[in-house]
Amino acid sequence: MGLLSDPNRRKALTTLLTRLNTPICVVCYLAGIAWFMGLAFEPFTLRTYMSENAMGSTMVEERFPAGERALATGREFAGHKRKAGGMPVDWLVKTMQDRGLEVFTQSFSRTLPFPDENKERYMVRGINVYGILRAPRAPRTEALVLSAPCSPDNSNNQAVGLLLGLAQYFRNQIYWAKDIIFLVNEHDLIGMQAWLEGYHHTNISGMDYTPLQGRAGSIQAALSLELSSDVITSLDLILEGLNGQLPNLDLANLFHAFCQKIGVMCTIQGKLQRSDWDTAEGYTHAVQTMMLMVLKQASGRPWGDHGLFLRYHIEAATVRGVNSFRQYKTDTTTVGRLLEGMFRKLNNLLERLHQSYFFYLMPSLSRFVSIGYYMPAFGLLATILLLRALDLWVQLGTPTEVTEDGVGEVEPPSSPGVLSVLTPVVISHLTGVALYTLPVLSQETAVEHFPVSETEAVVLTAIAIYTAGLALPHNTHRFISGEGTEQGWRVLKLVALLYLAVLLGCTALINFSLGFILAITLVPVAACVTPHLPKAVSALAMVLLSPGCTILYCVFIFQELQEAPVSLSEGWMLFLSVISQGILDHSLFGSLVYPLLALLVYPCWLLLWNILFWK
Amino acid sequence: MAAPLTLVLVLAVTVRAVLFRSSLAELISERVEVVSPLSAWKRVVEGLALLDLGVSPYSGDVFHETPLIIYLFHFVVDYAEIVFMVTDGITAVALYLAVQNYNRNVFRKQKYALEANRYPPDCLELMRSPKEMFYIPLKVATFYLLNPFTILSCVAKSTCGLNNAVIALFILSTIKGSALLSAIFLALATYQSVYPLTLFAPALLFLLQRLYIPVNPCRSSFWLFTLQYGFMFVGSLLVIICLSFFLLGSWDFIPSVYGFILSVPDLTPNIGLFWYFFAEMFEHFRFFFICVFQINVFFYTIPLSIKLKEHPVFLIFMQIAIISIFKSYPTVGDIALYMAFLPAWSHLYRFLRNIFLVSCVLLACSALFPVLWHLWIYAGSANSNFYYAITLLFNVGQILLVSDYFYAYLRREHHLTQGLYLRRKDGSEATLVLK
Repeated sequence: MGLLSDPNRRKALTTLLTRLNTPICVVCYLAGIAWFMGLAFEPFTLRTYMSENAMGSTMVEERFPAGERALATGREFAGHKRKAGGMPVDWLVKTMQDRGLEVFTQSFSRTLPFPDENKERYMVRGINVYGILRAPRAPRTEALVLSAPCSPDNSNNQAVGLLLGLAQYFRNQIYWAKDIIFLVNEHDLIGMQAWLEGYHHTNISGMDYTPLQGRAGSIQAALSLELSSDVITSLDLILEGLNGQLPNLDLANLFHAFCQKIGVMCTIQGKLQRSDWDTAEGYTHAVQTMMLMVLKQASGRPWGDHGLFLRYHIEAATVRGVNSFRQYKTDTTTVGRLLEGMFRKLNNLLERLHQSYFFYLMPSLSRFVSIGYYMPAFGLLATILLLRALDLWVQLGTPTEVTEDGVGEVEPPSSPGVLSVLTPVVISHLTGVALYTLPVLSQETAVEHFPVSETEAVVLTAIAIYTAGLALPHNTHRFISGEGTEQGWRVLKLVALLYLAVLLGCTALINFSLGFILAITLVPVAACVTPHLPKAVSALAMVLLSPGCTILYCVFIFQELQEAPVSLSEGWMLFLSVISQGILDHSLFGSLVYPLLALLVYPCWLLLWNILFWK
Repeated sequence: MAAPLTLVLVLAVTVRAVLFRSSLAELISERVEVVSPLSAWKRVVEGLALLDLGVSPYSGDVFHETPLIIYLFHFVVDYAEIVFMVTDGITAVALYLAVQNYNRNVFRKQKYALEANRYPPDCLELMRSPKEMFYIPLKVATFYLLNPFTILSCVAKSTCGLNNAVIALFILSTIKGSALLSAIFLALATYQSVYPLTLFAPALLFLLQRLYIPVNPCRSSFWLFTLQYGFMFVGSLLVIICLSFFLLGSWDFIPSVYGFILSVPDLTPNIGLFWYFFAEMFEHFRFFFICVFQINVFFYTIPLSIKLKEHPVFLIFMQIAIISIFKSYPTVGDIALYMAFLPAWSHLYRFLRNIFLVSCVLLACSALFPVLWHLWIYAGSANSNFYYAITLLFNVGQILLVSDYFYAYLRREHHLTQGLYLRRKDGSEATLVLK
């Protein structure tokens, strides 16, 4: 405790920190970025390994033979789907019953707050069909889920066919100790949400659904299958769920282990693993894979139908079949064997998957970065905020600054009125509340007065409020407390810095990627802003580093990384759809990114904007 | 001064009423940081239901409040929200009056000392001016009423608010010099949660000082008054306990309330230090460590009473803080009570050393509690270690805060006797170092 109680050492430390503040901050920022980029470098990452004992050491054989028949069932399903013009419920029920499952249906309906233009839906009404294979070997207290979405277009029929084929095959095996639920859900995530809420007797999103007639035990793990062609070249694993939550790493390990055992090419983020980590290309490839994961996680959206399971403590992933132009093809029998193997291993679980990591980033499917390795990157960025806050605190004339440890302090500086600091804080937050509530509420008014569709109305209102916020609050304190004082902005900046540090810290704990991306853009703004900077240049820089523009950059970077670069106008359209999707995700599934940005991050940025225009 | 106080009261009541009506109230009343197994309103309701059925409320393992509380709510359960708001109001007004009175005394003493030329000449800047002291009582009341911790506690209908009111009334009656009322309220507070027992020492010291009786074990007047006060305290405690017995018709409540507080059987996570430690511990060490942990609350009374025997009101503050840190089921409501006193020591500000660090730590921890709870309980991706780490940090922050104020207080007193600019023997400037 010498550092805290010895005034001389304290003084030395404080002087050091205040004198070297700017260099330390710059070093911290660069070190944070460098650390993050280093995470993708293979020697710095860990090789994945199976932690769960029940899945690691046991042997299973995969004998699923009926790939061709599954494809035939898939074609039959496609025919009935076309005939019914949607989910062929009766056919599915009958087919599942023929395969010896207990079959139930659940109908649901949901009206979206505004039309979803990407998926062209507004009033959604559908039926989920699920069959339960009762476990012959155990008291049916636990369950596994295999789901396949029934999409409106002509895709994913093979997945349903394989699901039915597996159901028939599993029915004849005697080793199941957990119930297996085969679920065909309509309207992808909305159907999944209705089914999960029905299964767990909750209603968090205000959806109308009929209660489930049949239930199995508590769900331990779930896999969602997406397969749109008869043969595939590789299988892609999708992990990112709602609010950036990830399933236990052991689930990814399980998938990877079986892909290697059976000899299926497997990818993550659609990127194959490269072996040449020591070349520039190999490293770039790993960075791209990791960056894709970071961007997807930061978006807070469920990237596959599995994404909603995670909220209920159910480890889940989506397996997507990809058919590209590669030579090497895998048939459906092999995919079926892979799924059989995974389910048999999951069947062996004695408790939920919990041994391995929940917080990780994956630069490739066999390598991962755990929380202990990636948090320092964020920590270095957050340190900048704290150092700046300390510097301001010292400048504001605290005992730490005083030469003689409290003795001989000059006149205590007149503290600025609470009002002059409180006003910007309140006004910024009210703007945030407007940004959060108005777009959806005012869509009808906007549609009446402007020639736009509802969706456009929502997005454009959001952008308008966002922009209007820039003009609104920075003058207010002058009306209340006269000319802004030197002390006033310092206190306000201190508040904003601490606020931002706590906010980003909490965000990074829940969703590291989001916290880190926000920190990269907001930390320099927060560290540098003062009223004495040249107004025009710094205002431009601040706008370019604002949360809204961050989303725009992320859209472009994401497209670039996916090797589907877009032009400026296409990018802008994508940006608009990303905003509407964000608002929809919030109201449909309870994604937190939109309220976080609107209610907390944006007001915090407005506080910094306020400081720039303090005088 | 009544007008601003009324304004603050109205504002506080409005905030609480709005929150009571919002959907947040239910969420808040489930938070482990805000309610403990002792003070949860849910448990009080359960106890009331049992009482209405003619069963002893303590027959289950749910209800752990005292019989007086349950009989109080037996009559006013329909107006519970109003009762909790009024209780907070009473606490604030009591603190307001107490601090006002205390400041008047302090100022008078300072005036006499100045007239008697007892302060070194360079200490003038340490003197407290009436202008600065004028707003302190109001600030204390505001700090209590508008503290988010108090608001959360009140909205959750945590019975901790009632304990705070009793302690505040005890402080008020002590400072007003009424030994009997002080003893009665102290007995009530002790009856409520055992730990305020340690406030006996500061109250006694204050009353002795007020009656100009020197704290000297050789003097009979000292023992006479101590016995008198002790008798009043024990007598009223006995009366209250016997009253509880007659109300309830059994001694069930003794193990169920005091046994529950002292032996810590409920290890629901909270912001205290007990739960994690005792969840991890082997059963046969349990008794020993229970003693070690519980002694923490009581032990500091002795050295602090010796060191601060001239400053009993500051001692009360220290004791309340220590209780709220080391008690077995702490909630944020307990913290709010001692935090309300911080404006009363605003003259110590220049001697505080870690206030920036400590306030950052407390702020960050308060935000991190719900986040880590979410990750642990709902997302399932973190575990109890994450939450306990924050609990630990939060308590370290509080301890630093309290010890910082303690140091600053002693330092100011030292300067008031030795002069502000200390010189070494060789004439060079000296600095005070705490090692």
